[in-house]
Amino acid sequence: MGLQFYVQNALGGLAYGSLLFLIASGLTLIFGLMRIINLAQTAFYLLGAYVGLTLVAHGTNFWLASVAGGAVTMVLGLAVYSAFLHRYHADHLTSLLLTLGFALILDDGVLAVWGGDPRSIAPPPGLAGSIHIGTLVFPEYWLAVIAISFTIAAVLFFALQRTMLGVMIRASVDDEEMARGLGVDVNRAFFVVFAAGAFIAGLGGLLGGPITSAYPGLDGEITPLAFAVVIVGGMGSLTGALVGSLLIGLVNAFGKAMFPELSYFTIFVPVALIMAFRPQGLFGRKL
Amino acid sequence: MTLRQAQDDMALRQAQDDKVCLRLDGVSKRFGSLSVLDDVSITIRTGERCGIIGPNGAGKSTLFNIIAGELPLSRGSVRFLGNDVTRVSAHTRARRGMARTFQTTTLFPRLTVIENLVLALQAHSAERFTMLVPRSRYRARDHEARALLERVGLGPRADALVDALGYGEKRQIEILLALAQRPKLLLLDEPTAGLAPSDASLVTEMLKREHAGLTMVLIEHDMGVVFDVVERLTVLHYGRVVADGPVEAIRADANVQEIYLGGKV
Amino acid sequence: MSVGRRWIVAAAAGFVVALLLPRLGVPTFYVSLLTQTWIFAIVAMSLDLLVGFTGLVNFSQAALFGVGAYAVAIGATRFHVTAFVPVMALGIVCAMVTAAIFGLVALRSEGVGFIIITIALNEIVWGLAYQWVSVSGGDNGITGIVRPHVGPFDVSENTGYYYVCLLSFAICLVLLLVLVRSPFGLVLKGVRETPRRMRALGYNVWLYRYLAMTISGGFAGVAGVLFAWYNQFVGPVALSLDQSTQILIIVILGGIGTLYGQVFGALVVVFLSNELSAVTQRWEMVLGVIYFAVVMYAPGGLVVLVPRLWNRLLGRRTPVTAEES
Repeated sequence: MGLQFYVQNALGGLAYGSLLFLIASGLTLIFGLMRIINLAQTAFYLLGAYVGLTLVAHGTNFWLASVAGGAVTMVLGLAVYSAFLHRYHADHLTSLLLTLGFALILDDGVLAVWGGDPRSIAPPPGLAGSIHIGTLVFPEYWLAVIAISFTIAAVLFFALQRTMLGVMIRASVDDEEMARGLGVDVNRAFFVVFAAGAFIAGLGGLLGGPITSAYPGLDGEITPLAFAVVIVGGMGSLTGALVGSLLIGLVNAFGKAMFPELSYFTIFVPVALIMAFRPQGLFGRKL
Repeated sequence: MTLRQAQDDMALRQAQDDKVCLRLDGVSKRFGSLSVLDDVSITIRTGERCGIIGPNGAGKSTLFNIIAGELPLSRGSVRFLGNDVTRVSAHTRARRGMARTFQTTTLFPRLTVIENLVLALQAHSAERFTMLVPRSRYRARDHEARALLERVGLGPRADALVDALGYGEKRQIEILLALAQRPKLLLLDEPTAGLAPSDASLVTEMLKREHAGLTMVLIEHDMGVVFDVVERLTVLHYGRVVADGPVEAIRADANVQEIYLGGKV
Repeated sequence: MSVGRRWIVAAAAGFVVALLLPRLGVPTFYVSLLTQTWIFAIVAMSLDLLVGFTGLVNFSQAALFGVGAYAVAIGATRFHVTAFVPVMALGIVCAMVTAAIFGLVALRSEGVGFIIITIALNEIVWGLAYQWVSVSGGDNGITGIVRPHVGPFDVSENTGYYYVCLLSFAICLVLLLVLVRSPFGLVLKGVRETPRRMRALGYNVWLYRYLAMTISGGFAGVAGVLFAWYNQFVGPVALSLDQSTQILIIVILGGIGTLYGQVFGALVVVFLSNELSAVTQRWEMVLGVIYFAVVMYAPGGLVVLVPRLWNRLLGRRTPVTAEES
């Protein structure tokens, strides 16, 4: 196992981790703010991928199609939120059960529209090649995905730390009662966070396509990883989601390469240890 | 300190402990940088009825949660019936004889009144682990619960869901549950909170009538209730004990009137 | 007739009908579906003990179910343990031990934290079954499981096996009904309602949750063992997160905290997934919509909804029962 092995897997792990961040950031923010576990979050990702690949097949620009995938997902997510979820805001179990039902319906809807065959997605022209440095090979698209995810992370951090809305959201996360008392429009904060979570996951769908491709059941495969991220990073923490995503991405890549028979174990044993000894995760507050 | 002195000291403490129900020694609690309780020491003798008063934010509820074992303390110790219980869990303290009520009604809303009381009554008995015998075989428990209800005039509500009770009735059950534990120390967190005067006096009467010799600590805003029920008062202000003594002495204390009673008593 | 009497009569009548069904010329295919229904009702009841009576939403129930099933498969193919009683005991013990370990990890958190941790725990076990090929056969699973003899009875054909599952279900239902009506059961309900007050009353809340999880694991194990014999095959799907979700859906459809309602929940899910899939490929969507509607409009489940609809059809007013209010 030479340098090539480590660099390759590290890069692959970071790229996959970046994709996980696009899903887990929404998951953790929605949870932190509303105490809702959105079990449909990975279905959002899958929907975004399919919408995006359809647009690309009809000649739309790859990046534009990603954004459109995010937008469609966001609209659908908000429709569900406004029609059903927001009524059960205080009832965490019912909210969870509703997102579960919604994931079920969405999954089957995707299967109905796009069929059961796996769809591979080509990277956008211009990023299909690789950079060679000595014997090392870096697929350009992986680098691009990492860069895009970090940009999105930066925007999220900035929005949370520096904008008025972000301040309101953080206040609501800390103490909803208090925030309401101080006149923060908590419901608007909910709406915005749910929208942002759905949008980013949907956007991630096509962006991740060249790496994960798209097929029914993909969401079910990503769900445990996304939850692993949230457990490791800590529920409700954006920093935790970023660090957790990259960690899980790396462990996933190296685990698969080094212990193919037990790669799942290499991810979930550390997760179990964190659950047992630090249930609030690396960056979270006590649940 | 020599060994002999230490033994004497222990013997002395033991002798004192026989009459002491609860002893707080230098209890402090911080939430982050916020100090909620600062070096609070209170000794409550067996059979004493003590009130803790103080303005909002004085740390009364925090103190209660620490005594009951729901919150860990930052510094100091809690002794109960002669044993150090500082690190003992809430449920173990309850099993050793502490009972408490809550400021916001904390009952079992989707169970019947009887079931609520049975939960309190069977808490110390082996049957709480009985899995394969239906509760219908334990008629005696239900009778015991019903008898308790009759005593406070809630007999007719025995089979209603607690959720369906009126607020005053819920407050009575709140106390009844704690009494059903047959406690050695009863902690009452604002038992009359939110009650109309007529209902409040019902609760006060209940407290005075039941268990005359019971050791009791009462947090209360309603001064009428406090003066009616307790013999001794401790005044908390910004997490510190600022006065402690017989009710009459505290009433007369100018400092207390200044900070809490607004000079109106 | 008192309400209690009426229930006993209804349950007895239902049981007799269930006993007679295979003799009434019901096609083998449906007998087989009903067998599945009993199995899923058992595992759903085991989850209901946690969700409906203890207040723990456990997403790792399929792992316990699956551990029971794999215990049968591995016991039969490697150690030649095939008789009914030893295999059933093995499955129950394995599932209970797994549940006991899960409890140690998951019960460090409450509420939503508990849910997420059980999701991860389920995935660990699934990952083992899926990837540890040398033990579990990986994605191919383990075949060659033979249904046992029960005493002198050969239950290897479908009708005989139907009775095994029906009786197992009846025994589990009775045991669980007694359990939730026992003093211990009342404690569990107290823990579900208000853990804080339970602690103040002197109950070790953690211990009761832990016991409930372990006991529930035993019942899930029973269902898992029956499932392995039913299919004569075990694969990782049996303990997937989807399976956990499906078990939860059965509980929601049937009625949280009813136990017997799980029969109806299981009936709907089993028949939808088998019957409807012959008519339309969109059975999952139909299930999703039904489920969604139940969560929104009939949180008490089908056992509450069906009588209500029936009464409305007959133009009667629905009496408001204690459970609904």
